[in-house]
Amino acid sequence: MIGYLVRRIGGALLVLFGLSLLLYGLFYLAPSDPAILTCGKGCTPERLAEVRHAMGVDDPVATQYAHFLQGLVAGRDYPAGPATRHCPAPCLGYSFETDQPVTALLLDRLPVSVSLAIGAEVLSLVAGIGAGALAGLRRYRWLDRVVNGLVLAGYAVPVFLVGLLLLLIFCVQLQWLPFPTYVPITTDPLAWAQNLLLPWVALAVIQTAAYARLTRAGIQETLAEDHIRTARAYGLPESRIVWRRALRGALLPLVTLTAIDLAAIMTSAVLTETMFGLPGVGQLLVGAVNQIDLPVVVGVTMLTGVLIVAANTVADFLYAAVDPRVELR
Amino acid sequence: MTALAVEDLRIRFGDTVAVDGLSFELPAGGALGIVGESGSGKSATALALLGLHTSAVVEGRISFDGLDLTTLTDRRWRDVRGARIAMVFQEPLTALSPFHTIGDQIAEVYRLHTGASRRAARERAVEVLRQVHIPDPARRAASYPHQFSGGMRQRALIAMALSCRPQLIVADEPTTALDVTVQAQILDLLDEVRETTGTSLLLISHDLGVVAGSTDRIVVMRRGVSVEHGATAAVLGAPSAAYTRELLAAVPHAKPPRTIEGAPLLRLDAVRKHFPQPRRGSWRRPEPVRAVDGVTLDVRAGETLGIVGESGTGKTTLARVMTGLLAPTAGTITLDGADITRRRGRSVQMVFQDPMSSLNPRRSIGESIADPLRLSGVRDPRTRVEDLLERVGLARTEYDRYPHQLSGGMRQRVGIARALAPRPKLIVCDEPVSSLDVTTQAQVLALLEELREEFGLTMVFVSHDLAVLRQIADRVAVLYEGRIVELGDTAEVYAQPQHPYTKELLAAVPVTDPAEARRLRALRRTIA
Repeated sequence: MIGYLVRRIGGALLVLFGLSLLLYGLFYLAPSDPAILTCGKGCTPERLAEVRHAMGVDDPVATQYAHFLQGLVAGRDYPAGPATRHCPAPCLGYSFETDQPVTALLLDRLPVSVSLAIGAEVLSLVAGIGAGALAGLRRYRWLDRVVNGLVLAGYAVPVFLVGLLLLLIFCVQLQWLPFPTYVPITTDPLAWAQNLLLPWVALAVIQTAAYARLTRAGIQETLAEDHIRTARAYGLPESRIVWRRALRGALLPLVTLTAIDLAAIMTSAVLTETMFGLPGVGQLLVGAVNQIDLPVVVGVTMLTGVLIVAANTVADFLYAAVDPRVELR
Repeated sequence: MTALAVEDLRIRFGDTVAVDGLSFELPAGGALGIVGESGSGKSATALALLGLHTSAVVEGRISFDGLDLTTLTDRRWRDVRGARIAMVFQEPLTALSPFHTIGDQIAEVYRLHTGASRRAARERAVEVLRQVHIPDPARRAASYPHQFSGGMRQRALIAMALSCRPQLIVADEPTTALDVTVQAQILDLLDEVRETTGTSLLLISHDLGVVAGSTDRIVVMRRGVSVEHGATAAVLGAPSAAYTRELLAAVPHAKPPRTIEGAPLLRLDAVRKHFPQPRRGSWRRPEPVRAVDGVTLDVRAGETLGIVGESGTGKTTLARVMTGLLAPTAGTITLDGADITRRRGRSVQMVFQDPMSSLNPRRSIGESIADPLRLSGVRDPRTRVEDLLERVGLARTEYDRYPHQLSGGMRQRVGIARALAPRPKLIVCDEPVSSLDVTTQAQVLALLEELREEFGLTMVFVSHDLAVLRQIADRVAVLYEGRIVELGDTAEVYAQPQHPYTKELLAAVPVTDPAEARRLRALRRTIA
């Protein structure tokens, strides 16, 4: 188990190293010079050279990459005019646009994204597993057909349309909820949930559809297995067969999917964040890409990488915990 | 006293009649066998005894302990299932839940029916596991099914059946998925359980040999109808129904020995096939699996060499190495003096165990047979393929049909035709009849013998079934842990086995003579 963990973390670090290398290579190849953009109009060659030096883009690319890695692991110093400023580890540099440390930017945005992801995930798991289980148990009856129809609809409707409709109905027409703004959970948990409710629902629509479909298929598959027949042959009541046996088998694939989805929502729920005006990581990324704010783009991408790799590892451990046939070694 | 009486049982799936007017009685403490080939309705009968049919119409009377089971409500059924009638299924791995420990599964059933405390239920689970001879039952109760071997899983399932002290145990093909020695152990266990607990046993099998030694009475079923029933010794000793006689005749019989003095065609010299294992957890590389570990063997031209072994003895690996499908780790294999790794292909062909999975489901069977001909340069093989189809007993028009449209026996004929197509010298058959019903098996064996004579073939016949080999093989090699522990003329090996493993195998072979079956059971007790 410990050996597995060590090897797994080693592998994860290797993946992240590869990712950073790839990212750096890509941005070096990008045709635009960030220094010219930062320097702005009426830039003199002397001023440009200064900016380049300050941004650290005048070094050879290998040196730049080495500095980047050093910043990540141990922190680094940036020249700022005559003085230097220290950027503690894990340092992802300073935003070209706002001159804030990228790490701070990310930490600022992350709680929003985490709130969004966890809420949406809980909602879609509850709704998806519930609907899927009902459909699976009532195969080819009307309830199953209704769930199937909703699943298709959930897949088909784009998230911005759902979001707009929700806003229109609950904030404009009925005025049950305020227009969402982010309130930290530490400030006011109720307001936090109230404000995030609509974004959660909007995000959950598609996820719910996916989970319901998976659960339905899983339940049907497990119910057809031999050990379910054994359970029936030994007089176990149907409710117990469903809850203790069938659902257990059906939910296995959801474990992996949920972990990965959580990580994905945290960094890429751009549409939802934009529509509901939530200052999350996804929004940060879009802004940074538009402004060619390379350190921020690199930072967000690295964060995505870390989250996905971590989620995968957690998923593997969970999988081993729920399925005794899986051994981690 | 009668434990179970079935009267005029009829089971229909839509328009298909699975069981049509079946009647039998099982005395308390007695053992009844139901024998039939696939499609005879024997499993449908078993499921009806526990009310497990969901889509079938069940009519007739099933009287059990003063109840008419066919009229029970779902609620009442649950009190009967497991508590008073317990079932043992065919495939013990899939029949147990993979997510719960063996002990938990048994305890759950016991608690459900007796309302015992958790602790008492756990103790009962350990007790029944001990009763079915699971070593160290207290510890093994905490194991999951995948941590048990096939035989131990079946023991666990029997323990589950015993847990609530039922009056009747229904065992549906309980040994079909098991090796022959394990099969004998499980049958002995069922017999012992019946003697010690006094429950009745309904044993369902396709194998006459399985029921011969373990039942007092048998019912022979065919297409949903009982064709004959009576005392086991009477039915098997002097069958009155034509179908029973046909079944008995289809059971493989020893045949007069042939002496083959042909020159060695295929020579294996110190052949090894090791499969390296991936490194896991520790830095040291684990020992490789020695599937074939030093086999030296001549296959004489014109003979049929039988290779017998249980699962995991390396017989399939050996067959694949012989055909050149796998390269040996060490040693040489020569065919007519030439190294087989360099000249495989046409002269050595293989017939596989499962004709369904070894035929491409998306190609017509004619095309599948034509493939090896095209490879050897035949331009328009259709006529030759049709001739072959006819030769193996299929119609020329079957050319354009697909594997799923054929029966198991027909598919295996296709597999044989495909092996014959490039006119090989040697055919290696890997368990070619083990998935077939006994009458189909007899037909396929007869076909193989005819073809061997007609085409002057040499055959290697790999099987776990000693009875089949006794009929078809001139010489037998006994494989154990990747080595040949005994090799000799078939009659000699069967009459005077030398190696202890051969003796154990031979004592485990199911026979259709009840007296002989009892003698073997006694013999097994002395060996064990």
